Amino acid sequence: MTNTTEEIVNLAGVAKSYGAVRALAGVDLVVGMGECLGLVGHNGAGKSTLMGALAGTLIPDRGSIAVGGVDLSEQYSVVVAHHHGIRCVFQELSLCPNLTVAENARIFHRTLKGFGWKKRAAKLIQDKLDEIFPGHDILAGDIVGDLPIGRRQMVEIARAFTVTDAPLRLVILDEPTSSLDAVTAEQLLGFVRREVQSGLSVILISHMLGEVLGSSSRIVVMKDGGVVAARAAGDFTRDSLVAAMGTVAAAKSEQQISATGFRKSGTAMIDARPAAQMDARKLIAHKGEIVGLAGLAGHGQTRMLLQIFANAKKRYTETKVAAPVALIAGDRQSDGIFPLWSIAENVTVGSLGRLVKNLLVDGTASRAMAESWQKRMRIKTPDMDHNILSLSGGNQQKALFARALGSDAEIVLMDDPMRGVDVGTKLEVYEQVKQEAQGGRTFLWYTTEIDELSNCDHVYVFRNGQIVDDIPRAELTEERVLRASFHEAA
Amino acid sequence: MLPVFLNAQLLRSALPALSLGVLLVAIFIIQPNAMSYFGLNLMLQYAVPIALATLAQMFVITVNDLDLSIGAFVGLVACIGATYLHDTPGLGLLMLAGCIVVYAGMGALIQLRNLPSIVVTLGMSFVWLGIAVLILPTPGGKSPDVIKALMALKIPAVPFPIVAAVVIALIVQAGLMHSSYGAVLRGAGGNPKALARAGWSMLQIKMAMFALAGFFGVLSGLSLIGLTTSGDAHIADRYTLYSIAGAILGGAEFVGGRVSPVGAVLGALTLTLTGSFLIFLRISPDWQIGAQGAILIIVLALRALISRGERR
Amino acid sequence: MTSLGGVFYYLRTRAWIWSFVATAMVWIATILFTGGHGGGQMLTAALSFATFTIIVGIGQMFVITTGPGNVDLSIPATMALSGAITTKIMDTQDGMILTGFAVALGVGLAVGLFNYGLIRLLRIPPIIATLSASFLVQSTAIAYGRGLRIKPPPALADFTTAEIGGIPILSICGVVFTIIMGVVLARTFYGRSVLAVGQNMRAAWLAGIPVERTRLVTYVLSAMLAGLSGLLLSGFSGGSSLNMGEEYLLASIAVVVIGGTSVAGGRANVPGIWGAALFLYLLVTMLNTFGASAGLRLIMTGVIIIAVITVAGSGEQKR
Repeated sequence: MTNTTEEIVNLAGVAKSYGAVRALAGVDLVVGMGECLGLVGHNGAGKSTLMGALAGTLIPDRGSIAVGGVDLSEQYSVVVAHHHGIRCVFQELSLCPNLTVAENARIFHRTLKGFGWKKRAAKLIQDKLDEIFPGHDILAGDIVGDLPIGRRQMVEIARAFTVTDAPLRLVILDEPTSSLDAVTAEQLLGFVRREVQSGLSVILISHMLGEVLGSSSRIVVMKDGGVVAARAAGDFTRDSLVAAMGTVAAAKSEQQISATGFRKSGTAMIDARPAAQMDARKLIAHKGEIVGLAGLAGHGQTRMLLQIFANAKKRYTETKVAAPVALIAGDRQSDGIFPLWSIAENVTVGSLGRLVKNLLVDGTASRAMAESWQKRMRIKTPDMDHNILSLSGGNQQKALFARALGSDAEIVLMDDPMRGVDVGTKLEVYEQVKQEAQGGRTFLWYTTEIDELSNCDHVYVFRNGQIVDDIPRAELTEERVLRASFHEAA
Repeated sequence: MLPVFLNAQLLRSALPALSLGVLLVAIFIIQPNAMSYFGLNLMLQYAVPIALATLAQMFVITVNDLDLSIGAFVGLVACIGATYLHDTPGLGLLMLAGCIVVYAGMGALIQLRNLPSIVVTLGMSFVWLGIAVLILPTPGGKSPDVIKALMALKIPAVPFPIVAAVVIALIVQAGLMHSSYGAVLRGAGGNPKALARAGWSMLQIKMAMFALAGFFGVLSGLSLIGLTTSGDAHIADRYTLYSIAGAILGGAEFVGGRVSPVGAVLGALTLTLTGSFLIFLRISPDWQIGAQGAILIIVLALRALISRGERR
Repeated sequence: MTSLGGVFYYLRTRAWIWSFVATAMVWIATILFTGGHGGGQMLTAALSFATFTIIVGIGQMFVITTGPGNVDLSIPATMALSGAITTKIMDTQDGMILTGFAVALGVGLAVGLFNYGLIRLLRIPPIIATLSASFLVQSTAIAYGRGLRIKPPPALADFTTAEIGGIPILSICGVVFTIIMGVVLARTFYGRSVLAVGQNMRAAWLAGIPVERTRLVTYVLSAMLAGLSGLLLSGFSGGSSLNMGEEYLLASIAVVVIGGTSVAGGRANVPGIWGAALFLYLLVTMLNTFGASAGLRLIMTGVIIIAVITVAGSGEQKR
């Protein structure tokens, strides 16, 4: 397909691993001139890592990057990428909130200086905003931090398309419409289609399959760090896209049915509604149930868990939580471990209140607790008094499980805790969770790995902060989860 | 919703001028005589060095740091000014330039080793004070005549401190808020990651900001001895607190690079006037710093209220 | 990977030993210079003066340990206020000493609550909150004390200056208190909470630690210790003065940093604070004996603080 057109970038054999986890397994990707490449895949498929390598924000372990036929693998960086006309609109905003819209354009373009720079910067960004989002109400003098998130994203997008000294050849749009309303999103896609026609290349990443199908000339589907399908957009339908993203392992999940498969009755342990929910749907969990929270990452699942966690100690709130709660963090570094402490201290911190005797934390009891949980969770360490960082990632996660399961909490919230954990550890932990559920504990399990949902009795799928599907165990299929996670409407 | 939103924003930026205005009106009501050339001149005499020190602090706050050494530094500059600069101007100027280089080095150290600025600047405050005491063990020296003459300048109609404050405020406002490099420097406080991603060097920015702080600290110290005519190592001990309070009264946010040079100068003027206000109220000068603290807390409380309203 | 745990353990203990080694070196250098004279008196004086630094330093250490950005700048003002009020209330009568202690702690409680209130209600960084509060507290002290120097009750003066075999009784109390606070930090629910909050506030919240209550108690503790120190110092130095707390702002932070407590929070070093306090005092004494001027002593103090933080504090978070 790209043989006929000039090639803009050529990634060959790009590989990247984070510890034991392989994020990219030698990916080849070619983007031609005047092409809009749609890039889709479920969480952890490797899209963001691949785009990071292309934008220069992360350095791959292996592989080569050529831009316009020139191999730049050696000196590649954000600045080099920018210089060669590659821009990326990052999902997390890279604007300075304390500066005006025009000043943010200045940060981006080194040549905007000298007398009258403010006028030039203002005109540059204003013209681009007018071109992409006609009728917008953003002024070049507005402070970015005072703008609502949608407008900020519009500024970020417009800025990526502005041109001064460096050429503009390829723009990577990573979920560009996530904070835009339907009208501005359509304006953006229309602009992208026009630009592509006039020779610009765009890589479009979106969970709105309609957008990808409607705007791309070619679609690449990624899964497990590799490309699994790459065809002209016209060759795909929604169904075939969803099918390409999913696994063939329907048979595998059949074997794993061990959950009870029907909803328990009795009073709900948790009865909560997401803050953004428009309809009457609610999240309900009964005693002894494992309830899954599915959907793409960052679509309100963690917020739901935190809402439940924050309301656990309160009465008279709309969110009803009937028992003490513990949370197992997925982002170990920022939400979970205490890096200066030993493994034992990290495990017992969740039960400190119970371990205090005569005002002091009981050393013997703490040690006993740490050791019994070392055995139960099979934490691989010669000594629980060693620093937590001496453990591998999987074992650190086991320690966090021990902290929550060792506490007196009857409800355990799991915030995608198996991210980046090896298979052996996962299977051990699944077993523990099942046992604990049989023993009467309630689990809310947010996971981005669809396979893991087969451990759940009931699954709620989240999209844009709302529950969009409510799937009993018996009806759970990967396709149904994917279908609900990715927006269907065009 | 939008009008409320705009009001809150407007209110926030008007707060420094509003606080100063309220204070001025109160002073004029209590003591109408104060509203004269002479009265204003007297009340605002020390506004210039305090405003300069406040601006120095503001530069550091812009890049999310805090300078606890500025008071001691102004004292050192005063000592150098009253001795070396008076006796051997060439050497004096060289020493002051050296001081600014050390300031830039402080910024580099904080950035490179990722150190907490309060501890580094606290340590440096000992060093500045120590050097000042070595230079001038007891109060004394003579300020250079040029500086003395400049600070005693009589301008028709408008008192000198007001003219000086306006000029200083406008110059810094133009440099930091309106120049293209000013935008980069402020951006470093707002989103350092984005700035580094756009290819700017955070090290250079930090050094530039600390050097600017050092430069304004030098100006503050020199203008101070122009008024006192002699030097003393402890002459500006309170300036650390004044400068932080002034910058915050002037609308500077503690993190995120949101600052206002004009606001900082207004904040410094407000602080300077509190003393006179209390005297006119016949409140004992004992309460002077208390009143400054109270004003600071009131302004911060107002700001908290405004931003709470904004969030709604 | 097991060696990593060992390295961390080593790092944790290193700073503490270091401050005592430095103290010993400074002491030996001084008595070598004096030809062996006055070594004992020097230690006695060092212990006496260090005790006051220790009391406020421990409060500051707890505050700093609750995480980056936490620091109590109101210590000097609180000391001045406590000294002014208690000497006036005790009015040189021995019978009023207990009341004096209660008032000193009460003053601290009030200041601590006020500090925390500002931090919480105005959502401002602790540095600014404690700074603004210190303006008010200092003014109250000035207005209340009127600069009058009232002598402390004789029994209090005796107690704060008494020695047994060259060791000040106050220092013995100080050591006992330090041990108690060490146990509080390492073994109580509150202490563990402080360490957890300091390492990662969000993780602490998610692990079920009462974060805000911990911060409240910590600011109150620091202010109460400052109040106590104000009372003791006015007993020791024959009356309170308004600027008696001045040097303790820098000193309290310096001993915490030099003593090996992490400025990034979550790791406190209780014994190190004694080493640092003795070291700072003896350093000044040594420079004195060597005939160094006041200026040089100040410069050395500053350079050492910066050198210690540069060596020890690399790669950690900032305010």
